[in-house]
Amino acid sequence: MPELLRVENLKKYFYTNQGLLQAVDDITFSVNTGDTLGIVGESGCGKSTLGRVILHLHDRTDGKIIFDGEDISDVNKVKLKKLRKDMQIIFQDPYSSLDPRKTVGDIIGEPLKIYKLTNDKNEYVKKVKGMMDVVGLAMRTMNLYPHELDGGRRQRIGIARALILEPKLIICDEPVSALDVSIQAQILNLMMTLQKDHGFTYLFITHDLSVVKHISDDIMVMYLGQMLEKSDSASLFKHQYHPYTKALISAIPIPKYNAPDNQIILKGEITSPINMGDVCRFAPRCIYAKPNCFNEKPKMEEVRPNHFVKCHYTREINNL
Amino acid sequence: MDEKLLEVKDINIHYVTEDETVYAVNGIGFTLDEGETIGLVGETGAGKTTTALSIMGLIPDPPGKIISGSIMFKGQDIFKMSEKQLRSIRGDQISMVFQDPMTALNPVLTVGKQIEEVILLHNDIPKAEAKKRTIEMLEMVGIPGKRCDDYPHQFSGGMKQRVVIAIALACNPKLLIADEPTTALDVTIQAQVLELMKKLRKEYGTAMIMITHDLGVVAKICDRVAIVYAGEIVEIGSNKDIFVDRKHPYTMGLFNSLPDIENDSKELHMIKGLMPDPVDLPNGCKFNPRCPYKTEICENEKTPFYEVAPGHQVRCNKFALREVQNA
Amino acid sequence: MMAEKTSSKQQKESKRTQNNRVRNETWHRFKKNKLAVTGLIVLCIFIFAAIFADIIVPYGYDDQDPDRAMLFPNRKFIFGTDHLGRDVFSRLVYGSRYSLMIGFFAVGISVILGTIFGVIAAYYPKLDNIIMRIMDLFMSIPQMLLAICIITSLGPGLFNLMLAVGLSSTPQFARVVRASVLSTKEEEFVEAARAIGGNDLQIIIHHILPNSLAPLIVQATLAMARSIISVSALSFLGFGIEPPKPEWGAMLSAGRSYIRTQWYLTVIPGLAIMAVVYSLNVMGDGLRDCLDPRLKK
Repeated sequence: MPELLRVENLKKYFYTNQGLLQAVDDITFSVNTGDTLGIVGESGCGKSTLGRVILHLHDRTDGKIIFDGEDISDVNKVKLKKLRKDMQIIFQDPYSSLDPRKTVGDIIGEPLKIYKLTNDKNEYVKKVKGMMDVVGLAMRTMNLYPHELDGGRRQRIGIARALILEPKLIICDEPVSALDVSIQAQILNLMMTLQKDHGFTYLFITHDLSVVKHISDDIMVMYLGQMLEKSDSASLFKHQYHPYTKALISAIPIPKYNAPDNQIILKGEITSPINMGDVCRFAPRCIYAKPNCFNEKPKMEEVRPNHFVKCHYTREINNL
Repeated sequence: MDEKLLEVKDINIHYVTEDETVYAVNGIGFTLDEGETIGLVGETGAGKTTTALSIMGLIPDPPGKIISGSIMFKGQDIFKMSEKQLRSIRGDQISMVFQDPMTALNPVLTVGKQIEEVILLHNDIPKAEAKKRTIEMLEMVGIPGKRCDDYPHQFSGGMKQRVVIAIALACNPKLLIADEPTTALDVTIQAQVLELMKKLRKEYGTAMIMITHDLGVVAKICDRVAIVYAGEIVEIGSNKDIFVDRKHPYTMGLFNSLPDIENDSKELHMIKGLMPDPVDLPNGCKFNPRCPYKTEICENEKTPFYEVAPGHQVRCNKFALREVQNA
Repeated sequence: MMAEKTSSKQQKESKRTQNNRVRNETWHRFKKNKLAVTGLIVLCIFIFAAIFADIIVPYGYDDQDPDRAMLFPNRKFIFGTDHLGRDVFSRLVYGSRYSLMIGFFAVGISVILGTIFGVIAAYYPKLDNIIMRIMDLFMSIPQMLLAICIITSLGPGLFNLMLAVGLSSTPQFARVVRASVLSTKEEEFVEAARAIGGNDLQIIIHHILPNSLAPLIVQATLAMARSIISVSALSFLGFGIEPPKPEWGAMLSAGRSYIRTQWYLTVIPGLAIMAVVYSLNVMGDGLRDCLDPRLKK
């Protein structure tokens, strides 16, 4: 399938009172139409910022964004509005991402009104109802307010709102993190079915590794604004090449009896993201760190076909 | 026959307001030995936090009402204690760690002061000694002692949670109630904090009630597990019983919904429907509207516990051949 | 028994109207506050009196008759008569028109101007400083003094009075609206509105203002109370409504000289002012309590 999104050396820096915050630093990747790229990382890694920069909800500092063959790194307001039809976002918090004073029907139908996509009220209602049906919302909820529904249903509203314009790319920013496990399963199944039926491309941002494994074709691991490792889902879980990824995956508590306890416990805490400089950002916590890790920024290497790692000593650590 | 450290006997707790009554806890019961860890597992609204708060005598009244039951802690009924008696127990014999470390600490007091506070409340010792103990506690949870004069905002989420644990364990309580202690933390920090809790538990011999919805955490740290649904325990047993030999349809549904990190799966099994609104609970077995195995009895009569193996009980009529009373 | 309870709850559900359920809930909560409801009732009585003054009053507000001057409250003149023989009750009822009308319109001016300034200041940070410093300038002048200055330069009269009181209250509204918009615009649903292609104006009108209403409504009721007192004070000082129009503050002022004997000439308009102001205050309190937090569940 052809490439839908390509991001090259994307940077987003914030200039704060304390110094330079490199929230997104030199990220490069591409996603094909109909695929899901999982972006994982812990708090402060920049994954949410990355999603928003791609959507132009934040302005980028540098780098290129190429969408559907077109360079959209810099766009004017008119072009941006047109673009927004093709690129949408599902938010994490189903409580704060919905306007508490609007009904379900209004929230889902608002994109139609903004783009004047329907000619009369009947067509509008038909489209909204159609969308509700697709995401599994009962018709009776159309005139209810968000606070009258549970988290799972609210998230369905968010999904319906994102999909009603039939976008090509959907950024999913932790869409199931705020939901209970059984509801999570329902929503994930829904998203996967929709992708199969409509050919959506997902950028699935999450910190939950078991979820990302389930839904992603490729996975990218971020830490303090940088991409540390990228590969297809199966390979990444079978073997990780970056020390951080190893620790991350080993940290997942396994819901099995007498699961082997081979956790790599990282020392210390995530270091400050301000004024980091051109170094390996994971070095302070890395058990394999050597002196030049604190002086030189590692380069991205392809250690196996389609498996990229950013580490000075990945070959030594993994006996390659 | 040893006296159990904690015996929760058939407690019923409702939240009563003018408009409606919330049936939060409907007949929960379990026991805990010294040094044992039990996990209370369930989804949002199941009644786990209400149960935990009731053990500390912290149910706000109004609107909370203890309808029936008893909680025997070292032989004394929590429900019958005066506020004064409860205060002497809280922090000293029973401590609690809450979910959100961001809001559990007072932002205008140093962490050292907050640990000292609990020590001085329950021990008549000179301040210098309390300070010494405070620094010991900080070191014990992996924070350099000299940081006792720092304020909460100067710590990260994981470290704040360690401080909260330090406060909870400062007086060496017999029972620690941890309500989703690692849910708000990153997974690598969660690993650190869980390791810490395991170490401290071993060193102090503290019994623990671990409330969580994360089955991975339960597997790692709990000796026994109780699955909570709509204010009731639907299955209770040892760690092995629940993970290897689970019986209740809800428990099975819960495990089936988990994305499996080790194997590939095409689609996640889901339990259709939602947990009932605690204001409007179904008749009979509370899980029956969502249960693929339900029968007429399930719809009409309250389901008792059935023992399927020593120490392993299931609240489900599928196992009606073997009958035993509630735990 | 449980089955019955379930079905009656379902019935209750279907009976509730689908639309405007947030408003219904808010009203329901307001009703519980007995004091606020009392305030609302008292206010409604005054509004009713103001509208139907012509029908209610037994005499005109300027019917003079020296023969029946300075009469204590009796059966014919339930609030007595003043030094010119005019019926105090009739003057009081007509006077309610001025107090209430000025209150509403002055606040209306403040609300509209304050909202515009507040929204612009909050949404366009570059203009924030200029606008708020101008507001600060106005706020640093005592409200009474400001109103007097405006009236002195524009001349007396009903409209100028409303303008003066309205303008002097604008900065407070600008502040409240600005604060509310600042916090609302950081909410995720506003980001969502941008993501689906909304422009600034659309977002402000559809999303930000409706969610900033609560503090605005509360401020408005309280400001109305303050306006009525301001107008009364201005009239008392001679800057407000001109005689023979029966404004409560002016009546108070006129009755001052007779306070030792015909005390009712001062006390009764004073009580009327108190009643309206108090009602507006408790209503404002009640509104604040039930609108915020807005959503119960």
